[in-house]
Amino acid sequence: MNGDRVRGAFREGRTALVPYLTGGYPTLEGAREVGEAYLEAGADVVEIGVPFSDPLADGPTIQETTTRALANGADLDYCMDLASAFSGRVPVVFLLYYNVIFARGDERFLQEVAEAEVSGLVIPDLPVDEAGRFAELAAAAGVAFCPLVAPTSTDQRISRVGELATGFVYCVSVAGITGVRDTLPRGAIELLRRVRARTGAPVALGFGIGSAGAAVEAAKEADGIIIGSKLMRLVEEGGAERAGGWLREVREALSGLVEAGG
Amino acid sequence: MRQETEKGYFGPFGGRYVPETLIHALEELEEAYERYRDDPEFGEERDRLARDFVGRPTPLMFAERLTRKWGGANVWFKREDLAHTGAHKINNTLGQILLADRMGKERIIAETGAGQHGVATATVAALYGKECVIYMGEEDTRRQRLNVVRMKLLGAEVVPVLSGSRTLKDAVNEAIRDWVANVDDTHYIIGSVVGPAPYPRIVRDFQAVIGTEIEAQSRESLGGDPDAIVACVGAGSNAIGAFHPFVGRENVRLVGVEAAGRGLATGEHGASLAEGRLGVLHGAMSYVLQTEGGQIREAHSISAGLDYPATGPEHAFLKDEGLAEYASVTDEEALRALQTCSRLEGIIPALETAHAIFYAEKVATELGQGKNMVINLSGRGDKDVEVAANALGIGSEEVDAVSGPDPSPSTSS
Ligand SMILES: Cc1ncc(COP(=O)(O)O)c(C=O)c1O
Repeated sequence: MNGDRVRGAFREGRTALVPYLTGGYPTLEGAREVGEAYLEAGADVVEIGVPFSDPLADGPTIQETTTRALANGADLDYCMDLASAFSGRVPVVFLLYYNVIFARGDERFLQEVAEAEVSGLVIPDLPVDEAGRFAELAAAAGVAFCPLVAPTSTDQRISRVGELATGFVYCVSVAGITGVRDTLPRGAIELLRRVRARTGAPVALGFGIGSAGAAVEAAKEADGIIIGSKLMRLVEEGGAERAGGWLREVREALSGLVEAGG
Repeated sequence: MRQETEKGYFGPFGGRYVPETLIHALEELEEAYERYRDDPEFGEERDRLARDFVGRPTPLMFAERLTRKWGGANVWFKREDLAHTGAHKINNTLGQILLADRMGKERIIAETGAGQHGVATATVAALYGKECVIYMGEEDTRRQRLNVVRMKLLGAEVVPVLSGSRTLKDAVNEAIRDWVANVDDTHYIIGSVVGPAPYPRIVRDFQAVIGTEIEAQSRESLGGDPDAIVACVGAGSNAIGAFHPFVGRENVRLVGVEAAGRGLATGEHGASLAEGRLGVLHGAMSYVLQTEGGQIREAHSISAGLDYPATGPEHAFLKDEGLAEYASVTDEEALRALQTCSRLEGIIPALETAHAIFYAEKVATELGQGKNMVINLSGRGDKDVEVAANALGIGSEEVDAVSGPDPSPSTSS
């Protein structure tokens, strides 16, 4: 199944690098270049944000990119096309808000993303309480469901998330929204440990990883690192090339960790 | 709760479609609410402040000249416009500040469109000595400058929201983002019967004082239930509050009136029950104005309080179950009703309320003489005089002359 590719990307002894891009930003064509730059830099999974008018979980940096992407005409169909451009080489996961899915219809949506070879889904506003039926449908369609946990999640909820996760578990590093932070928030490592203790699914850390140092720090506990706002800011400042260049530095820093740490 | 079919849901509507970070805070709020809702001390404090601070009970007044003009049912006004700060919004903010206080939250945040809910929140935050931050779309801070000043006088910080469409829905997003980042010490006082569970139920219960009073006052003045209750529906709190005790009683028609804006056919309106599709906005499943692809559309109404692209989940349920009926009224019709009510009854109603008043003529006629119809007079119109003056072309020169220089470099209108 296509969804199995998500887990496949989290290999033993190596930290999966999961860069995010907003579909349709900076332009419809430019987003493709950003993705190519990520692949060249050594991305293990590409996360594509499907633009939504009201992205509750996102901070100003990503919000701004989705507003621009919508103005550029990006929509779900465009994002599925975009995914196809990369999915032959790395697994692609979508980050999107539930209304975009619901508007298409859960089942039809899942069938279409499976056809577009999208491997997994991160849905920030579909917590496990609301996700039961959807997660089942996703499993049937062979699309990996990647639910989120936060520092405020109870152990009981973390276990429930672990049960529903057919892809990775997305650990939100802070009680907060997406945005660039230089250092790893306190509590992130503790959350990673709590999650690890309760699920066998790969565990990825995201929200606010803004430096190679923070990525390395996180990699000591996490199976994967998700980087979004920082990359979107770099795209804004210096295009795909700047973002790709920085991502390569992170990749190298993470590889150094493996060598040094064994 | 009779209308809550399952915890957090009204039929298929409602729920908790929010980031995981917030779940804990919502559960904490729910627990606190369950603990205190029937706590005698909580009730006492709320009732005392409702009486001394808010001025409850608000009167049920016979609107004699409107009754005569329309020639149908007797028209009664439930005078929420007389509540402190000039609208029903304070019923909710008062209840919620009591909860926040008991939960040990020292910081209060809220969103506001027209500024009425922002003012009502800043008011109770001042009363309880809490830090208060109000998110308001930048568009709205300019349109409703007077309320910005009121909030600041009350000690609140007003944060202009620059994201998205820079109006109410974006202010809600921003308030939720703040809450996600500050759940430890912050309580979010949402402004209507929307948002993730348990908000729609909590706000409904705090607003139900309107309906409970209508019930008691009707018994006294009419000897029984009214035959109809008419209320405007933005996101739905004043209407739910007025309807609540009467839901399911066959003898009482419950009528909600949405904003038809420039007309339903133009697409520029706030009538999400009439024209919306099922979807998720701000954490709840309900009827939402949206595009084919599920992007949320901007609403339009001459009244900022009805300018919201969704309706509370309980209204969606009442509509689908046929327990209440919903209609819509245009900007122009609301303006006419505002003038009629002002001249005949000596009450300048809020533009939101004016929507209910316009449609009430039809209901009064249908009911016929001898029947009794209550209009929930959700707020007074002081906040709307500028909008009304512009729309009606009243003394625009004098208004300009006294309103001072506009800080924005826009050309004069
Ligand atoms: C006077 C008045 N009526 C009605 C409303 C609409 O809100 P709701 O539908 O929640 O009662 C508002 C909102 O600001 C208001 O100020």
